[in-house]
Amino acid sequence: INAEYMGTPSECLFFFEMTLKALVSIKRVIDYTVKVRVRPDKLGVIKDNVKHSCNPFDEIAVEQAVRMKEKKLVGEIVAVSIGGPKSVEVLRGSALALGVDRAIHVKLPSDNDDVESLAVAKILHKIAEKEKPDVILTGKQAIDDDSCAVPQMLAGLLGWSQATFISELEVAGKTAKICRETDAGMQRLEVSLPSVISCDLRLNEPRYAKLPEIMKAKKKPLQEITADSLGVSTQPKIQILEVADPPTRAAGRKVKTVEELITKLKTEAKVI
Amino acid sequence: GINAEYMGVGRARFTSYATLPQEYKAIRDMSRQFAEQELFPIAAEVDVQHKFPAEAVKKLGELGLMGVAVSQEYGGAGMDYLAYAIAMEEISRGCASTGVIMSVNNSLYSTPVDKYATHEQKLQFLTPFASGKQLGCFGLTEPGNGSDAGAANTTARLDGNEWVLNGTKSWITNAHEADVAIVFATTDKSLKHKGISAFLVPTKTPGFSLGNKEDKLGIRGSSTANLIMENCRIPKDYLLGKPGYGFKIAMSTLDAGRIGIAGQALGIAQASLDIAAKYSLERKAFGNTIAKLYAIQLKLSQMASKLEAARLLTWKAAIAKDRGDDFTQAAAMAKLNASEAATFCAHQAIQILGGMGYVSDMPAERYYRDARITEIYEGTSEIQHLVIANNLLKDYGSTNVKVPAAPHSAKARATD
Repeated sequence: INAEYMGTPSECLFFFEMTLKALVSIKRVIDYTVKVRVRPDKLGVIKDNVKHSCNPFDEIAVEQAVRMKEKKLVGEIVAVSIGGPKSVEVLRGSALALGVDRAIHVKLPSDNDDVESLAVAKILHKIAEKEKPDVILTGKQAIDDDSCAVPQMLAGLLGWSQATFISELEVAGKTAKICRETDAGMQRLEVSLPSVISCDLRLNEPRYAKLPEIMKAKKKPLQEITADSLGVSTQPKIQILEVADPPTRAAGRKVKTVEELITKLKTEAKVI
Repeated sequence: GINAEYMGVGRARFTSYATLPQEYKAIRDMSRQFAEQELFPIAAEVDVQHKFPAEAVKKLGELGLMGVAVSQEYGGAGMDYLAYAIAMEEISRGCASTGVIMSVNNSLYSTPVDKYATHEQKLQFLTPFASGKQLGCFGLTEPGNGSDAGAANTTARLDGNEWVLNGTKSWITNAHEADVAIVFATTDKSLKHKGISAFLVPTKTPGFSLGNKEDKLGIRGSSTANLIMENCRIPKDYLLGKPGYGFKIAMSTLDAGRIGIAGQALGIAQASLDIAAKYSLERKAFGNTIAKLYAIQLKLSQMASKLEAARLLTWKAAIAKDRGDDFTQAAAMAKLNASEAATFCAHQAIQILGGMGYVSDMPAERYYRDARITEIYEGTSEIQHLVIANNLLKDYGSTNVKVPAAPHSAKARATD
């Protein structure tokens, strides 16, 4: 428990029982406004001199953690990001400046390095073993690779419950009531803590960083470590064969009958 | 200031957004995001309805943007003028009216109070203002004197424990929303500008009233009106700074204000360039986008070059101020160039948009109207030229700059 909450004995007891520790995982990704282009070697996309920012779903996760801290449900928030040197910017600007207490940067040699989902999950697993959070919050997926795998893998590695694609979250003691947005509809669940939670768009609207907080963020602790120091290998197990632009969208066509539509769906679009 | 640690080494790094230290990037990103999400949607309504953007101003206060360079001890964000200039540009790109409201509160009100007030005065007159809970304004100009600021007609007479103020101030931004006005009044006209003092006047004081809001060409969301004082009595200790220091306070305040207005002008210029460049990539004529035409490319190039030059001058002035150097010359150059860049960019943006630039479907016509005031207030361009030339001539007068001796061509032509 955080030393600064050691007030009167009754306060001390209250916080000992009530405050959780939150670990938030964020990723530096190409900004959503950028028109992404395939690299000449067709093995990736161009990242040099391209605007990057914090993954929008991760910003939602940070906001949720900060709101829980404001409600005194969470006592300490630790942010972690796995990435090259410039990931420090998202840790300071999108986490520490929003109310996160301290940050861990798992530093990769270059901003162009990619790490696969399983390796990310293993790194976060190791960090969670050390930090012992009660709740791990992250965005539902990163908008660059859209893997949507880390939260689920991490829960598996930890043996924890998972609550993914959440649009509502209510923590009470050792359980959390959540609402998940799925393709089949809204699903309400109760999960026991500790839990891995991945956040979807409608969970909250992230706040703007206040100027005094941007200033304070400079002084908050930011620890730099390597994946090696955690005993996790970032060697890829998947080989990218080719990255290509999606086919350019053709204009839609009108059909005269339902029969014609079904025929086209079968023979041309090949979806049924 | 926050960039103090960078001042010794690598000052040359501050030449582009990419090379700014991380906290300035964070301020820029936050202000820009705020402008795009909160101001873009309301700017047209603010303009058409002459509507004070109260909700946006309240949010600016909560984010620390109404007292950027005031210390956190007195309710400000504890940042510096470079951060302020960057934030001013981004906010003004969203809505120039919101920009000037922010600028007046920061530069014309909070900065002089921060610099010249006593600790007790600051608790009352700075803390609620730097945090955006209350709004300030700056009463220097009068119906009879604008550029001629030393010829103040507003009088202040000491009567026991009170100052009695009489006179009128004109063209005052934030007049209708301000809780306190800094009023410049003379205690002795025979002393000319040395007789002027600065006073903190709560706008609810009996004897203080407002004129009607001016119907302006642009920045219509901000209120501009006369301040009228008729036997307006304020406590003796509402004097700001020392007696007779008013002119000095006004001039140093305007130096700082020029950096803020330069920031506002940059925002209008950038918004104009954005809309013109995007339009040129979409609009087709003569079989291709108009961006392919040299005539359009020339305009865009001129706009971008003037804007970039003005931005560097503005950052230079802000950095000089933050370092504690004399920044009068730099601030005048920044304001002069940024305001002319704004009017140029807004003018050419309409030209590039053609008919679309002339109608309210596009914001170009609003940028044109908003830009125009930047060459006038907080020192007309003509005053800026005077300031720059006087500083320049003072430098030449006090140093011995070598020039080639004359006649030099005769010697070069000599063949022996």
